[in-house]
Amino acid sequence: MGQPLADPVSAQFATNPPRDLPNRRNTELMLLAFAAGLVTIALVLVEANQEQELTLSILWLGLAYLGILSAAHLAVRRWAPYADPVLLPCVALLNGIGLVMIHRIDLAKAEKALQSGKEFSPEVTKQVLFTVVSLVLFVVVLVVVNDHRTLTRYGYTFGLIGIVALALPAVLPSSLSEVNGAKVWLKLPFFSIQPGEFAKILLMIFFASFLVSKRDLFMVAGKKFLGVELPRARDLGPILIAAAASIGILVLEKDLGTSLLYFSIILVMLYVATERVIWVVVGLSFFVAGCLIAYNLFTHVQQRVENWLNPLGPRYDELGGSYQLAQGLFGLGTGGVGGTGLGAGRPDIVPAASTDFITASIGEEIGFVGLAAVLMLYLLIAMRGMRSALAVRDTFGKLLGGGLAFTIVMQIFVVVGGVTALIPETGITAPFLSQGGSSLLANYILVALLLRISDAARKPATRPKPQQRQAPIAEAHTVMVQRPPAAGETNGRTT
Amino acid sequence: MNTPLRKVGMAMLVMVVLLLGTDTYVQVVKADDYRTDSRNQRVLYDEYSRQRGQIVAPDGTILAGVKPSDDKFKFTRTYTDGPMYAPVTGYYSINYGAGGTERVEDDVLNGSDPRLFVRRLSDMVTGRDPRGGNVKLTIDPKVQKAAYDLMTQRGYTGAVVAMEPKTGRILAMVSTPSYDPNALATHGSDQNTAWKKFTDDPANPLINRAISENYPPGSTFKLVTATAALESGIGPDTQVSTAPNVQLPGTSTTLENYGGETCPGNTFKDALAHSCNVPFATFSGQLGADKMKAAAANFGIGQSDLTVPLKVAQSTVGSLDSQGALYQSGIGQRDVRLTPLQDCLLSATVANGGMAMKPQLVQSILAPDLSTIDDVDPEQLTGKPALSAENDKILTDMMIASEGFTKGGGKDPALKIASKTGTAEHGSDSKNTPPHAWYTGFAPSDDPQIAVSVIVENGGNRGLAATGGSVAAEIGRAAIAAHLGGG
Repeated sequence: MGQPLADPVSAQFATNPPRDLPNRRNTELMLLAFAAGLVTIALVLVEANQEQELTLSILWLGLAYLGILSAAHLAVRRWAPYADPVLLPCVALLNGIGLVMIHRIDLAKAEKALQSGKEFSPEVTKQVLFTVVSLVLFVVVLVVVNDHRTLTRYGYTFGLIGIVALALPAVLPSSLSEVNGAKVWLKLPFFSIQPGEFAKILLMIFFASFLVSKRDLFMVAGKKFLGVELPRARDLGPILIAAAASIGILVLEKDLGTSLLYFSIILVMLYVATERVIWVVVGLSFFVAGCLIAYNLFTHVQQRVENWLNPLGPRYDELGGSYQLAQGLFGLGTGGVGGTGLGAGRPDIVPAASTDFITASIGEEIGFVGLAAVLMLYLLIAMRGMRSALAVRDTFGKLLGGGLAFTIVMQIFVVVGGVTALIPETGITAPFLSQGGSSLLANYILVALLLRISDAARKPATRPKPQQRQAPIAEAHTVMVQRPPAAGETNGRTT
Repeated sequence: MNTPLRKVGMAMLVMVVLLLGTDTYVQVVKADDYRTDSRNQRVLYDEYSRQRGQIVAPDGTILAGVKPSDDKFKFTRTYTDGPMYAPVTGYYSINYGAGGTERVEDDVLNGSDPRLFVRRLSDMVTGRDPRGGNVKLTIDPKVQKAAYDLMTQRGYTGAVVAMEPKTGRILAMVSTPSYDPNALATHGSDQNTAWKKFTDDPANPLINRAISENYPPGSTFKLVTATAALESGIGPDTQVSTAPNVQLPGTSTTLENYGGETCPGNTFKDALAHSCNVPFATFSGQLGADKMKAAAANFGIGQSDLTVPLKVAQSTVGSLDSQGALYQSGIGQRDVRLTPLQDCLLSATVANGGMAMKPQLVQSILAPDLSTIDDVDPEQLTGKPALSAENDKILTDMMIASEGFTKGGGKDPALKIASKTGTAEHGSDSKNTPPHAWYTGFAPSDDPQIAVSVIVENGGNRGLAATGGSVAAEIGRAAIAAHLGGG
C-alpha cells in the first residue's frame, strides 16, 4: 500500500508524515482525454461517411466533450481524490460512443423525414443536455454522499421511496405513465422519467443496509427446513416483501427485462451477504417457477419466447413478432467482424435503433470487434467496481459496491443477450449508451456511488498514528540511542 | 464477504464471455446467412447505390438508364418513354421493389450475376465502383411505338404483342393504359404518391396485359380448331353447314354465327375466311377433346411455366368435358383463355411453318462495357410441329383469305398479311357486354418477318358493335407496317 521507504532507519528521522498513496488523478485525466479523442474520431468518421460537411466545429464538439468531462474529473479530484481512475474514463467513452451513435441515427432519421416531408428534431441535443445534467448530478452525489456509510441511515426510507417510485407508473392512469405501450413512465409537465431506473439504486441501498444489519441473524439463527437453515420470518419478511413487490409490480407493468434485472440483483446481494449458495438455488427455482407461470399466463411472454427461439420464423411479420429482433440480427450479420464503418451501415432499419437496440447498431457499424470492445468496457467498469468492493473495509460498502458492479454487467447481459438472441428479448437500456435521460441519470448516480466506494477503499488507512508518535520532538534524541548495530560490529560497548 | 464477491466477479466474467460467444455466433458464424437474407433491406439499399446496368433495345435505344443523383443512393433510374416501355422494362423502386425485366434480370443489372464474376473481380482490384451488366432486349422500338401510339390515341385498354416467327423474339409488348416507371424511380415521397395512384387506379395500369392476363380468344382460336381439323385429314374444300345456328348437344341453347347470319360459303376455307361459328363448333365436336387438346398443346397452350423470362400467365382450353363445351370451345369461348402473347404464338407458329418458337424478350446479356457475355439462342417451344408443311400452307392461304375479308383501317396490299380476327364475348351478361376485339396475323405471308396479336378490351370505342376487324385490325396492321418499313 504505502510507498516503501528506502531505508527503515531514515524513516525514523522523518519529520514529515509518509507521502500519500498516489491517487492516479493524472492517469484519469489522460484516459479521459483519450476517450474524448476516440469519441471525436468516431464523430469525424460518422460525418464523413454520412457525407456531412466536415468543419472545425467537430473539433470544438470534441473539446466541449472533454471540457464537461474535465469538470467531472475536477470534482472527483476535489471530493473523491483516491477514487478508481479507470471508472470515469470508461463511462465517458461509452457515453461518447452512445452520443455519436444517437447522432448517427438522427442523421438517417432526418433523411427519412425529409423524404416523406415530415418535421424532424434531432434526439442527440436532448441526450447531450441529459449528459450535462447527469454529470451535474454525478458531482452532487459525490459531494453530498461524502461517506457511503451515511447511506445506511436512510436504508428504510430509500427502500420505501424505491417501492413507491416503482409502483407509481403501474398505479397511475395510462395517460400519465404509458409511452409506446410500456407503462413504466412518469409523465411530468416538462419531461418524462422512468422511476424504475432510480428505484433500482434506492432498493440496492436498502437491501445492502438491511442485509448488513441482519447479517448475523441470516447466518446463524433460524429453523432448519429440509436441511436448510432458514432465517426467522421476521428477519426475512421485509426483504421478501420488497422483492415480491418489486417483481410483482414489474410483471404488472409488463417490463420483463427490468424484472429479471431486479430479481438477479436481489439474489446476488443475498448471496454475498449470507455467503450461502442455497439462496441462489432457492431463488433460481423461484425464478424458473415464476417464468413458467408467466409463460402460461401472458401471451406477450409466449410471443417473446417464440420470437427468441425462431427469430427468422413465421412470426416475422406479425404484430408483436420477431421483426425487430430479425432486423437486429441482419444488422449484426451485415456488420460482421469488422463492421460496415461508422456512419456507413444502416442501423436505422432496426426499430428502436438508438434505445433498446443501440448495441445492434454498434455491432453493425463497428462490427464484432467494436461490440466486443464495448463489452470489455462494461466488464472493466464492473470489475473495477468489484475490486473496490473487495478492498473496502465496511460490509455495507462491500455489499453495495458488489451490487452496483453486478448491475452494470447484468444490464448489458440482458440487453446484448436479447439483441443476439441468447435470451428472450426484453426492452431495457444499455447503460450510458442508450438514448434516454432516466437511464443516463441513474447510471451516472450509480457510478458516482461506485467512485465513492472506491475512494474509501483506496484511501490510505487512518494516518494520525505516526503523527502522534512524532509530536514530542524533544524525545527524538533518546530514540537515537536505539540505533541498530552496524554489520560486523560488536556491541559490547553498550551493555 | 470477499469469497462470494469474488465468485460474483467470476460470474460476471462468465456472463460477458457468454455474450462474446453468442455475438461471435451471430456476427461471424451466421453472418453470411443474415447478410444475404432476402428480408435484409441493407443489401437492397446497397444495390440502389450501385450503378445499375441499362436495358437497351437492339438498335441502341436506352429503355432504362441511370443518371447520377445527389442523395445517398448516388443513382436514379431513368426510363425513356416510360409508359410505352413499362410492360417491357418494369419498374425499379426503392420502396416497392422491382417489377418486369428489372426484377427477372436483377442479378445481371445489379452486377451479382455469376457471368459477371470476372468483371467484378477486376472492379475490386482496380478499385472501380462495381457496376451492373446490361440487358439487350429483342424489342423493335418502331413496332412498340406504332402499336402504343395507336392504342393510346384511340384510348383503348388492351395489349399488343409482336414477335419474330422464326426466332420467337418479341418485337413489341404493349399494355394500355400504362404507367410511368420514372415516377416510381424517384427517391422522394413522390414515389409513394405515384404508387398509390397506380394501385388505386381501377384501370390497373401496373398490370402487364400482354402476358399477365388471359382472355377468351374468340374466333382467333379457330386457328387451333382449324389446325386440329386439317391434321385430322379434313381438307380445305370440305363441305360445311351454312346454317346460322346450331343447337349445342345435350342442351336447348343454340350457338349462332356472328350477327345470326348464314355462312356466306359452304367450304371449310370459306368458314375460316368469314369466321362462321357453326362449322368450327361442329368440327370441334367431331374431333373430340383429345385432338383439340393435342392441337392446342402444340401451340404451347397449357404450359404453366413459360417465361420470356418474365412470367407468362398460363393459357388454357378448359376441361372440354362435354359436347356442349367442345362446341363452344371450338370457337374460343367457354373456358378457353389465352394471353395476348399466346394468341400471337398462334400466328407465329403458322408463320414459322407450323413450329412454335419459344418467345424471348432478352436477346443478350452485356458486360458493363457493352461487350456481349451471353446470347439467348432461339429455341423450339414444344418440340412438336403444330401442323405439317402442307397443312401449314393451306392454313396460311385460309388466313390470307380471312385478311381479305377483314375490314378496318391500315389496309395496304403491299403488306401481304395473313390474319384472323376475333370478337370474344365475355362477362356474366355476355350479349350486353361489349366484346373483346382480337386480331392476330403475320406478314409478309410468303416470308413471315413479324407475327402480331392485338386485343382491345370491351370493344374499344365501338361498344357492343365492336368486332376484331373494326377495332383491333388497324393496330395490328400498323405494327406490321412499322416493322416492315412500310409505314
